[in-house]
Amino acid sequence: MLNNQGRPTQPAANDAGAMHATFTGNRALMQEEPLLFEIGRADVSGVDAPAPKAVASRLGAHARQGEIGLPGLSEPEAMRHYVRLSQKNYGIDTGLFPLGSCTMKHNPRLNEKMARLPGLGDIHPLQPVSTVQGALALMQELSRWLLAFTNMEAVALSPKAGAHGELCGMMAIKAAIAARGESATRTVVLVPDSAHGTNPATAALIGFSVKPVPARADGRVHIEDVTPLLGPDVAAIMLTNPNTCGLFESQIQDIADAVHAAGGYFYCDGANFNAIVGKIRPGDLGVDAMHINLHKTFSTPHGGGGPGAGPVVLSKRLAAYAPVPFVTRDGERLTLVEHADGESFGRMTAFHGQMGMYARALSYMLSHGADGCRQASEDAVLNANYIRACLADVMSQPFGERPCMHEALFDDHWLKDTGVTTLDVAKAMIDEGYHPMTIYFPLVAHGAMLIEPTESESKASLDLFIATMRDLAFAAKRGDVERFSGAPYHAPRRRLDETRAARAPVLKWTAPAPIEPAQKAAE
Amino acid sequence: MRYLPLTDADRQAMLARIGVDHIDALFADAPRDKLLAKPVDLPHARSEIEVERIIGRMAAQNVSASSAPFFVGAGAYKHHIPATVDHLIQRSEFLTSYTPYQPEIAQGTLQYLFEFQTQVAALTGMDVANASMYDGSTGAGEAVLMAHRVTRRNKAVLSGGLHPHYVDVVKTLSHMAGDEVVALRPDVSATEDILAAIDDSVSCVVVQTPDVFGNLRDLSAIAEKAHKHGALLIAVFTEAMSLGLVAPPGAMGADIVVGEGQSIGNGLNFGGPYVGLFAANQKYLRQMPGRLCGQTVDAEGKRGFVLTLSTREQHIRREKATSNICTNSGLCVLAFTIHLSLLGQTGLKRIAETNHANAVALAEMIEAEKIAGILNESFFNEFTIRVKGNAAAVIEKMAATGVMGGVPVSRLLPGAGLDDLIVVANTEVNTDEDRAAFVDALKGAL
Repeated sequence: MLNNQGRPTQPAANDAGAMHATFTGNRALMQEEPLLFEIGRADVSGVDAPAPKAVASRLGAHARQGEIGLPGLSEPEAMRHYVRLSQKNYGIDTGLFPLGSCTMKHNPRLNEKMARLPGLGDIHPLQPVSTVQGALALMQELSRWLLAFTNMEAVALSPKAGAHGELCGMMAIKAAIAARGESATRTVVLVPDSAHGTNPATAALIGFSVKPVPARADGRVHIEDVTPLLGPDVAAIMLTNPNTCGLFESQIQDIADAVHAAGGYFYCDGANFNAIVGKIRPGDLGVDAMHINLHKTFSTPHGGGGPGAGPVVLSKRLAAYAPVPFVTRDGERLTLVEHADGESFGRMTAFHGQMGMYARALSYMLSHGADGCRQASEDAVLNANYIRACLADVMSQPFGERPCMHEALFDDHWLKDTGVTTLDVAKAMIDEGYHPMTIYFPLVAHGAMLIEPTESESKASLDLFIATMRDLAFAAKRGDVERFSGAPYHAPRRRLDETRAARAPVLKWTAPAPIEPAQKAAE
Repeated sequence: MRYLPLTDADRQAMLARIGVDHIDALFADAPRDKLLAKPVDLPHARSEIEVERIIGRMAAQNVSASSAPFFVGAGAYKHHIPATVDHLIQRSEFLTSYTPYQPEIAQGTLQYLFEFQTQVAALTGMDVANASMYDGSTGAGEAVLMAHRVTRRNKAVLSGGLHPHYVDVVKTLSHMAGDEVVALRPDVSATEDILAAIDDSVSCVVVQTPDVFGNLRDLSAIAEKAHKHGALLIAVFTEAMSLGLVAPPGAMGADIVVGEGQSIGNGLNFGGPYVGLFAANQKYLRQMPGRLCGQTVDAEGKRGFVLTLSTREQHIRREKATSNICTNSGLCVLAFTIHLSLLGQTGLKRIAETNHANAVALAEMIEAEKIAGILNESFFNEFTIRVKGNAAAVIEKMAATGVMGGVPVSRLLPGAGLDDLIVVANTEVNTDEDRAAFVDALKGAL
């Protein structure tokens, strides 16, 4: 076969290309990229700046002495450096990203555009409130939507991430307990074994002692396990719903009632709120505080690990303790309350929280509307159940054959005696072009694989994913172990040595020692 | 709905494959009487055009920093951001990726985190930096908790020059955690006696430079006395650009450095998202909060990067973790590191010099016109002026003439008896015309 330039289109030997390494280490589009410090130079800058005015310095005795030690890149070099780095990353826009509990749904670019409007992206948190009335209106509108979806009394917008929202909610609970004069006695927080690690970490951070609630064989928290733990020492329970196994806590109302009857509060971890928006309102279930991850449920981009946003909705019992700042209306004018007096427990962060995320989340909500948000939740649940149903015969489910919410949990029972582990399956998925699901979490399922497809996937995309997972399952069961144990083979990097990274941490680049003259001569 | 790929036919086929006849069968574990029969009472889906119109109207009610002579600072600063930065951070593979838990397909994120950590360590003059915090203020709170872990004490002393919001964040966290805070009185002219507050019961001293009033402070004597008493010095900055020109905290004996990184690469965004910089001495590494990226090799011996030392973190240690933090400020880190890579030390120094020169130029104009007194002995790009009359009213009057004149101290410290002070910032974006407009507006407002 010759192409239209008269050249052969078939290599002489079909596999020759795969065998030899390239001189550069590059593999066509997959480019090796040195560190910034290896390509930058101290005297180069990619920013042209006019010479500063000549003035008499007022730095006093505080001027920096010596070099900073930061290289610069010209603009073309910088562009190429970061584009090449980006090409080593997998994103939602690359392919299906079924990372359970993380909700990797589509990030609409309209939301980016809205957040970058100069009237939102280029305003200062401390400029006169008379010049930011629209920003305050946006915060109020976002609050209105969050309260309508949750049927709660108040919302604290400022927490900067989910865990920060947990901290906010638990601080409100602590403040309420102090106001009741029970600080010395109500010191215990109940946390199920299946909870996110942030729950016990948050409770402990502000001085609560954590008491675990055992997980049941059906993946849920049972009222019979909670009741014996309740007493005058219990401040709150932290319960995730839908829970980390992807299941709706079916006894949630009974648990809420029992905790309230014992004088405690119900903190709901709202990490999985995306499964129930417009279907169920947490306020109808007895929740006192719940954080909402705007970066999950309302699709503000995950950005490689942040920034997120974690507003907290509060019940009537806790609303008065909300942190500053918050927006209030004073006749025609909106104002910001920036200083805690009365019962507010204080301040979580400088300024007013993640405005950039508020704008994106509101843009998402306005686009979807009440009907679209409800449909999104239904589709997320439908997609997860479709995957569950289509893989049920080749993979194993820890809690039996039953519907899940927005994510399907499998364990590693189906890999028994194959020599393949959950980690191996994840790495083999990388070779197939998928981001792996969440693995080894929740801890209550052995070798857990938590698959969250989200509502952003088409049926065709799900079918292809399901076929791939079935192929992998059959390969594992027929003993094709190498496909798994050495995977990934085709990623920018093979498996990385994490033990070595932790044993002798190298956390920054250091210039290589100059070569000694004697050594140089020897070369 | 443009974001939802499933058609009704798909939905029916999928329900059939699952073996149920209605979507609500999948919600069977939820209390039947609480399941909503229809959407909540909010508007329905809208087109892009409609959403742009609604949010555009809100945005149009605000005065953006680029549209006016702009001198507002006090913890967040208007700087120029090269076009390259915002283009690159919107690359899909950066924007829509997750925390790099699968390092083989996240080397892009991991490498820039490693580069960022190196840059922050160099900038602050410290041994190690983490992969960022939410922002400077929450970083300050975490630094205090870290100092308590290191010293096994629980009393923090806060300088009167520390940004009042940072003071409030530390106080709130400390109060909730049952720790003690001694917050010194607001210190407008950097004359407080911090040394007198340091004794053997103190865990850490938290001092900001440039402080919230713009003063530059030498931390060496504080570090020395703190160390003599077994306490740590936590140095704070809110203007990262200053590090291009002023002595870094690491050179003055700081044990932990936390700062707001917004000034480099990140827009004002009405206060967030921002990026907290966090650096420390090597010996305190294992008590640091937040994520760390480390270098290693892959199965073929090639250099690669992973998140490391995660045994400090909540997903492993649960209630015994160093912090409850589960994220960093990834995309803001990226903006920071791209901007700083473009600047390099040469560009950073140059822009920092321009900031300082512009601030000095404005100070000279104010002094020449004798319209206000400047309270600072030294400053980088921000200083505090005393005006005749109520500063908040003056700022409102200036705003009415289209000039954003600064931050009245009473906004940050109501009831502190500092109602005649304004914190005025000047960066590389301010022109001679801006400064002339400032002087005119201030004259008119007095």
